[in-house]
Amino acid sequence: MNDNPVLRIVAKIIIPMILIFGLYVQFHGDFGPGGGFQAGVIFATGFILYGLVFGTDALRSAIPAPILRIVIAGGLLLYVGVGVATLLMGSDFLAYNVLGSTPSGGQHLGIFLVELGVGVTVSAVMITVFLGFAGRNDP
Amino acid sequence: MIGAQLPALQVVIPLLAAPLCLLLYRPFATWLLTVVTSAATLVISTLLLTQVLDSGPIDYTFGGWAAPFGIAYRIDLVNAYVLLIVSAISTVVSVFARLSVAAEIEASNQGIFYTAWLLCLTGLLGIAITGDAFNLFVFLEISSLSSYVLIAMGQDRRALTASYQYLIMGTIGATFILIGVGLLYALTGTLNMADLAERLPAVADTRTARAGFAFLTVGIALKIALFPLHLWLPNAYAYAPSAVSAFLAATATKVAVYALLRFLFSVFGESFSLETMPLAHGLAVLGSVAVLFASLVAIFQHNIKRMLAYSSVAQIGYLTLGISFVSELGLSATILHLFNHALMKGALFLALGCIAWRIGSARLGDFQGLGYRMPWTMGVFLIGGLSLIGIPTTAGFISKWYLVLAALEKGWWPVLVVIVIGSLLAVVYIWRVVEIAYLGKRLEEAPSGEAPLSMLLPACLLALANIYFGIHTELSVGVAHEAAKALFGGL
Repeated sequence: MNDNPVLRIVAKIIIPMILIFGLYVQFHGDFGPGGGFQAGVIFATGFILYGLVFGTDALRSAIPAPILRIVIAGGLLLYVGVGVATLLMGSDFLAYNVLGSTPSGGQHLGIFLVELGVGVTVSAVMITVFLGFAGRNDP
Repeated sequence: MIGAQLPALQVVIPLLAAPLCLLLYRPFATWLLTVVTSAATLVISTLLLTQVLDSGPIDYTFGGWAAPFGIAYRIDLVNAYVLLIVSAISTVVSVFARLSVAAEIEASNQGIFYTAWLLCLTGLLGIAITGDAFNLFVFLEISSLSSYVLIAMGQDRRALTASYQYLIMGTIGATFILIGVGLLYALTGTLNMADLAERLPAVADTRTARAGFAFLTVGIALKIALFPLHLWLPNAYAYAPSAVSAFLAATATKVAVYALLRFLFSVFGESFSLETMPLAHGLAVLGSVAVLFASLVAIFQHNIKRMLAYSSVAQIGYLTLGISFVSELGLSATILHLFNHALMKGALFLALGCIAWRIGSARLGDFQGLGYRMPWTMGVFLIGGLSLIGIPTTAGFISKWYLVLAALEKGWWPVLVVIVIGSLLAVVYIWRVVEIAYLGKRLEEAPSGEAPLSMLLPACLLALANIYFGIHTELSVGVAHEAAKALFGGL
């Protein structure tokens, strides 16, 4: 679809908005509907649209597979890392209260980090799944 | 301080190691991390078991949210026993795995292999440790999804279809479990198992409770491969990589049986689940048919891995027979057999892994004279086989003995006959292998020589364990008895 100018230009306009909306859902999850999982999927659709319009090779060079792998692992590590941090600070696993100076501040920070971990992993997994299916005949 | 955090660490350590594995990605480093992690979980589960034996059940709440609102772990003797089985088998088999996996799986996939292994371990330990019905479902999915990956990595192309078949059946099972948990939640408004057990009796006589119970039982029965829902199992075990067959055969179905015990006895209570609902007789019939049918099919298999897989279906029959007696003795026979069956199937599949490493096949025809070409490996196979049959001084005998006692106590003579016939059929299918391996033609040009020590020693260790726990039964029988008592006493 690379030779279709309408698609190319619309995609180029729309992709940044999708990414911004993904980030909005991620970081506004504290106050409104949203959260890491939804945000991760929305964020990934920006990349998937890019792959659909410009081809999977272009997407692969934008995000190489080893980087995707690191991002997938990194999100989960961030999640578990928050839990381990609370353990090391002398509380139960994922008891966020100890993370901040006040319990509510700790809860805020803990949920923020954990949801960020979820979002990062989910979006990287979505892109990997897309590449896995779309590039089935590629080596 | 660290002692109080052991229940969380039991699951968190493998969960933390899995993404690290993905980052390391190099075969040797990921293997080493897997072994160290498994050993750490083994240490933790041993500590937990001694702690439970000393001072009773342990409660742990996550994130400072007290049960029943937050997710809680509750470890009593039954969990601690299952945790010990899973972590011990993972440790032994992961040591074995390095060369076996190196021979069977491409180097570029080994990083993913060990990541999936650790995730599977996380899921299995999580199912065993959690005290929350929904959390159990989540861990079940973690372990199932990663085991589909592990099975699909088998050398044979049929591994892919076997894994796909398991994916479909496993997903149906998991969906049923989720629907069951959902119905219970709609009925009682809680997901905590102890809380469910308190609230269910008041509403037990409703259609929702009965439907939830039915969905849960059928879903878990799919997961434990209870006849006639066992169709996914033979191919999955036969075409998976050798190390995965050993790991899953010794742990995955055991953990699912544990989940069944937990729901039948702790959540619903035995009077509802086995007497009000006609499950005891259903389990007795299905268990008997599983023993007879699967043992008979096993006799006609040419692929020895497939033969052992059918034998696993038969062993699951024994496990459900133990439940169907609705007695403390029957239940302790089931719990005991969880442990002993893990030992014997572990030993048998590890021996097959050594054979596959040397001769590259598990077909009966290639076993000609193997007793002389690989004497130690066949020795391990023989001990595992004897234990499977239930020869005295092996672990298998102890569990058969308690099953027979439980059947006699109940006066169920037909079941007794089924157990005896099942053992005789096991003699037949083990003898077929022994006959070819020891009395068959000795091929001069066939590959011979033992597998490397890092593969042979874990196999020998499990074979010795079969004999050790056939003679010294304090740990296995003692804990199984206490665990059965605890289950019967409710949560």
